[in-house]
Amino acid sequence: MKKYVTVRMGSYVSFFYDKKAAVVIAAFGAAAVLLFLISIGSGEMRISPLEAAAALLGYGEEIHQTVILTFRLPRVLVAWLAGMALAAAGAILQGMVRNPLASPDVLGITGGAAAAVVAFLALFSDENNSLTVSIHWLPLAAFLGATAAAWFVYMLAWKNGLAPLRLVLIGIGISALMQALTTLLMIVGPIYRASQANVWITGSVYGASWQHVSFMAPSIIGLLLMAMLAARHVNVQELGGELAIGLGSAVERQRLGLVLLSTALTGGAVAFAGGIGFVGLMAPHMARRLVGSAFGALLPTAALLGGVLVMGADLAGRMLLAPTEIPAGVFTAALGAPYFIYLLYQSRKA
Amino acid sequence: MLATNRQKAFGLIGLFILLLTAMWMSVVYGYTDTNWRQAIAALIDNNGSNAHLVVATVRLPRALIAAAVGASLAMAGALMQALTRNPLASPGIFGINAGAGFFIVVMVTFFSISSLQMLSWVAFIGAAAAAAIVFVISAAGKDGLTPLKMTLAGTAVAALFASLTQGMLAMNEKALEEVLFWLAGSVAGRKLELLAAVFPYLAAAWLGAMLLARHVNILMMGDDVAKGLGQRTNVIKAAAALLVVLLAGGSVAVAGPIGFIGIMVPHMARALAGIDHRWLLPYCALLGGILLLAADIGARYVLMPREVPVGIVTALIGVPFFVYIARRGITAK
Repeated sequence: MKKYVTVRMGSYVSFFYDKKAAVVIAAFGAAAVLLFLISIGSGEMRISPLEAAAALLGYGEEIHQTVILTFRLPRVLVAWLAGMALAAAGAILQGMVRNPLASPDVLGITGGAAAAVVAFLALFSDENNSLTVSIHWLPLAAFLGATAAAWFVYMLAWKNGLAPLRLVLIGIGISALMQALTTLLMIVGPIYRASQANVWITGSVYGASWQHVSFMAPSIIGLLLMAMLAARHVNVQELGGELAIGLGSAVERQRLGLVLLSTALTGGAVAFAGGIGFVGLMAPHMARRLVGSAFGALLPTAALLGGVLVMGADLAGRMLLAPTEIPAGVFTAALGAPYFIYLLYQSRKA
Repeated sequence: MLATNRQKAFGLIGLFILLLTAMWMSVVYGYTDTNWRQAIAALIDNNGSNAHLVVATVRLPRALIAAAVGASLAMAGALMQALTRNPLASPGIFGINAGAGFFIVVMVTFFSISSLQMLSWVAFIGAAAAAAIVFVISAAGKDGLTPLKMTLAGTAVAALFASLTQGMLAMNEKALEEVLFWLAGSVAGRKLELLAAVFPYLAAAWLGAMLLARHVNILMMGDDVAKGLGQRTNVIKAAAALLVVLLAGGSVAVAGPIGFIGIMVPHMARALAGIDHRWLLPYCALLGGILLLAADIGARYVLMPREVPVGIVTALIGVPFFVYIARRGITAK
């Protein structure tokens, strides 16, 4: 029995993966579905997973359908999508920078998106805290903020090439700058009064609506598909710049494309779910442990894992101290920071 | 760079005059403009008028707090940089500010503690806990304590504490507005009693740092040399770490986590006074006070009539500096 399966569709899609990876991906897919059903059934009104599934399909009690379809489903979907997007962005960055410590948070990309979102809310809010422009522009703002931060970090870290560690250090600096800007904007803008802004900065899917989902789902799913198409480029990038050039890759152009892709994913997640930290760092790592670093398998595993992480963090935040809600970002950070430290402990060359 | 001791002494006197000038400006300028006549009158013969009240209850405490906190953070940074041989070491980057902030918010949220004395102790404990965690984490692992590992471990610990703090605030909406401002780091609206509560510790730490300066110089030559010269390096290191905790913990208790002073000032002081800690530490103290006073005065004018927490101003000035040092490269030991 062959260990690897090659997948080729036309001339653009081609990757191979461990058969084990298929099993792992299927398992995580199943876990995601199960967690999804538990999550939409949990809260003040408990609904069993079976009843939840029935309600989703349009059967079961009417009140269940209302609670699930109107309130819980959009929230859980936003959590899931945000987790997938952040994990995929992290996987792309880690592959490209070839540093396990790279992630959208550490490189300041999340911070840039958050600053841009707060700027957007501060600039386009009226006296009553309602937006004066369509919320559909919010993801664009987040993307621009993420891109600007990424560009800054990239430019400042460049010095006869891009040493990964310098990149991480500069990223830490730019993160701090973005944090300062965010706090500044929160004080300037009318949202300073709304404590929701603080919840949002920490990372929460509280109050997500179908409006969010309808905008978020197509863009995130589209970007994830693009990431799958780019998988083979990441594989080559991971060999290092010189070898990649030797293999005939247009390295710099691909890097630019990959950076844009991961900033877009980060921006989309941050725009709707706030600064949920450490998912982009943790999920790709755990996925690499499970399925190895061939990107065609790594990316879907990481994405599913990220979705499960954020859904789980949101669920824990809702249930643990109910009726008080703890933002999902608190849990991801509580898990992620020790994990980051563990990675640090593990890394041979510091 | 000032070469002879005579020049350095004159430099110190110059900086001291500059510090007094900055304090005077801090008292006089702001939303309610006063002048020096009124300021002096407010202190000697306070007639209860609006201007006099502003000077005595708001401006003067603020100027004193800014000077003390700036000096303490800068000295803490200098000691940490010497101790770890890491040019990026500072209370902010190593999670000490965030740790102290976290402990304070926990105490306020869950135990409703508001006694200033208690809070300053909590800040010290938080600072010590964060420092210990970062130290243990970066000492573990295959190649021991490298500057880079310390920086990264510090960042992770800081992120963890900051996130937990944010989470608690999100749950406790009432406390949010006040504490948010405090968490951003500010010397505005702080009462003089707050400074009085920690001043003994800060003053003891300044004195202790000066007494330790000679030993730190020897320690800088490397552990082996220091030991060869008869130094009990572990005692000196422990003493320096205690001083860092007192300086940083006390600062956070008064002003919240103000970042980047601890990184920037020691580098500036080294450029001026060289690497002898007997000169470096007093230079740090004066420069730190001046820088924080200046940042605080600037913070009043950015968004007049509203004020910006000074921690944001120091981050805006400090990040380019941080980037510059990171670009120059930190050497892995």
